[in-house]
Amino acid sequence: MDPLSTLWETFFDWDSMREALPEMLTVGLPNTLILAVSAALLGSVLGLLLAVAGISRSRWLRWPARVYTDVFRGLPAAATILLIGVGLAPLGMQVWGPDPYPLGILALSLIAAAYIGEIFRSGIQSVEAAQLEGARALGFSWADAMRLVIVPQGIRRVLPAWVNQLIALIKDSSLVYFLGLVASQRELFRIGQDYAATTGNESALLLAGLCYLALTVPLTHVVNWIDRRLRNGRPATAPTDEDDDTAPYAMEGDRR
Amino acid sequence: MTAASTTSVSLDVRDVHLAFGPNRVLRGVDLSVPRGATACVIGPSGSGKSTLLRTINRLIEPDRGDVLLDGRSVRGDDPDALRQRVGMVFQQFNLFPHMSVLRNVTLALRRLRKLGEDEADALARAQLELVGLAGKANSRPAQLSGGQQQRVAIARALALRPEVMLFDEATSALDPELVKGVLGVMADLSAAGMTMVVVTHEMGFARQVADTVAFMDRGVVLEAGPPEAVFERAEHPRLRRFLDQVL
Repeated sequence: MDPLSTLWETFFDWDSMREALPEMLTVGLPNTLILAVSAALLGSVLGLLLAVAGISRSRWLRWPARVYTDVFRGLPAAATILLIGVGLAPLGMQVWGPDPYPLGILALSLIAAAYIGEIFRSGIQSVEAAQLEGARALGFSWADAMRLVIVPQGIRRVLPAWVNQLIALIKDSSLVYFLGLVASQRELFRIGQDYAATTGNESALLLAGLCYLALTVPLTHVVNWIDRRLRNGRPATAPTDEDDDTAPYAMEGDRR
Repeated sequence: MTAASTTSVSLDVRDVHLAFGPNRVLRGVDLSVPRGATACVIGPSGSGKSTLLRTINRLIEPDRGDVLLDGRSVRGDDPDALRQRVGMVFQQFNLFPHMSVLRNVTLALRRLRKLGEDEADALARAQLELVGLAGKANSRPAQLSGGQQQRVAIARALALRPEVMLFDEATSALDPELVKGVLGVMADLSAAGMTMVVVTHEMGFARQVADTVAFMDRGVVLEAGPPEAVFERAEHPRLRRFLDQVL
C-alpha cells in the first residue's frame, strides 16, 4: 500500500467515522456543550466580579483579584483540572456523589474567569471617565453608574476577545476526561479517542475535531458580525435638523 | 420651557477651597445666584471654573467651604440625592452611546425616580420636544450632530426637574454653526426662571443673558457684577487684560 493511501485511510476511513458518528452526536456533543456552556456562564459571572474587584478603590478587593488572576492564568489547565477535580473529589462525593462534572465545570470556570476577568477589566477601563461623571451627575451611585453605564459599554468593546475565550473553553472542556468519565459522560474528544484506540484508526478523532470546528468557527463569525453591528450602530441616518444643526454626520472623533 | 421657574431655588457658594496636592485650584470662592437668576463664570483656562462647578454638585468634594441651596447647606446631604437636584451639562455632552436618545433621557427617570416606562417615555418625549429633538428619540447619540447631542444632554438633565442647572463650557466642543441652537435653548431656560451657573467663553451670551458675570482667575472670583459693569467698567487690570484678549 502506498504511503498516501495509508495516510488517507488513517484519517478518512468513512466506515470508522460512520460508526462513531451517532454516539458523537447523541452523547459527545451534548456533553461538550454542557461542560462548555455551564463553565462559560459561571466563568463569565466570576470574571465580571474579578474585573470589578480589579478596578476597585479598595486594595482588599484589588489584591485578591490580582493574585487569583496570576495563579489561574499561570497554571496549566490540565494541572488545575486535576488539582480541583481530584483534590476536591472527596468533598464532592459527600455533596453530589461520584459525578466528575461539577468539579470539572468548576475547574474550567475558575480558569476561564481569570482570563475573562482581564478581558472585561480592559474593556471597562477603556470607557472614558467622562461617562462615569455623566452618570454620577444625574444622581446615580458609583455602583449604579458602573452597572448601567460603564460595564455594558466596556463589555461591548471586548466581545470578540470574550468569545475567543469561550472558544478556548470549548476546546479545554476535552481535558475533563482526566477526571475519569463513565460511558454516558464522555464528551467529543473522549469518544473520538476511544474509537480511535479500539480501531487503531484516527478517523473518529478527526471526526471529533470536525465537531469542534463546527462549534468554534461559526462562533467566531457570529461575534464578528455582532461586533460590526454594535460598532456601526443601526443603519445610519444623517442628522437632518429642522432648525440650525446642519452639520454633516458627526463622527466620534470630530468632537475632540 | 415651562415649569422650570416653579422649581428653581437660590444658590450660594461660600468660601470654597480645594487643592490637588500643592496645586491650590480654588482659593476661597464666593458666588451668589438668586432664585431664577443666571450667573456666567468667565476667565482664562486653568482658573478653576470647571472645578468650581464640580464642587457645587460635589462631583469633587471641596476641602473647605459650603454650598447652600435655597439658603440651606447641602454639606450633610447625600451627594447622589443632591445631584438629582442640581443638573449638569458637560463640554463633551457625556451622553451614553450605547443607548438611544430616549433611553438616555429616561434612564434616571426610571431607575432613580422609579417612574413606569410609559410615564418616563412621555416625560422624556416632552422634554426632547422642548429642545427641538422630538424626532430623534430613537436615534443613537452618534447619529446626531454635536449641537443636537448637547441639546439631548440638556433635556436629560432637565427631565429630572432640577432646581439649579450647571453648564460647563456647553458650547466649546461645537462647530461654530451649531453653537447658536444650544445657546438658544440655554437662554430660553434662563428666561423661564431656572437658576443657572454657566461657565462659558461666549461673551455675547454672558452679556445678553446673565444677571451676574463673575470673573475667575487663579482660583478666586476677582470681580463680579451685572454684565454691563463687568464688560464696560472692568476695574481689575487682569479682567481688563482678559477682556481685551477675548472681545
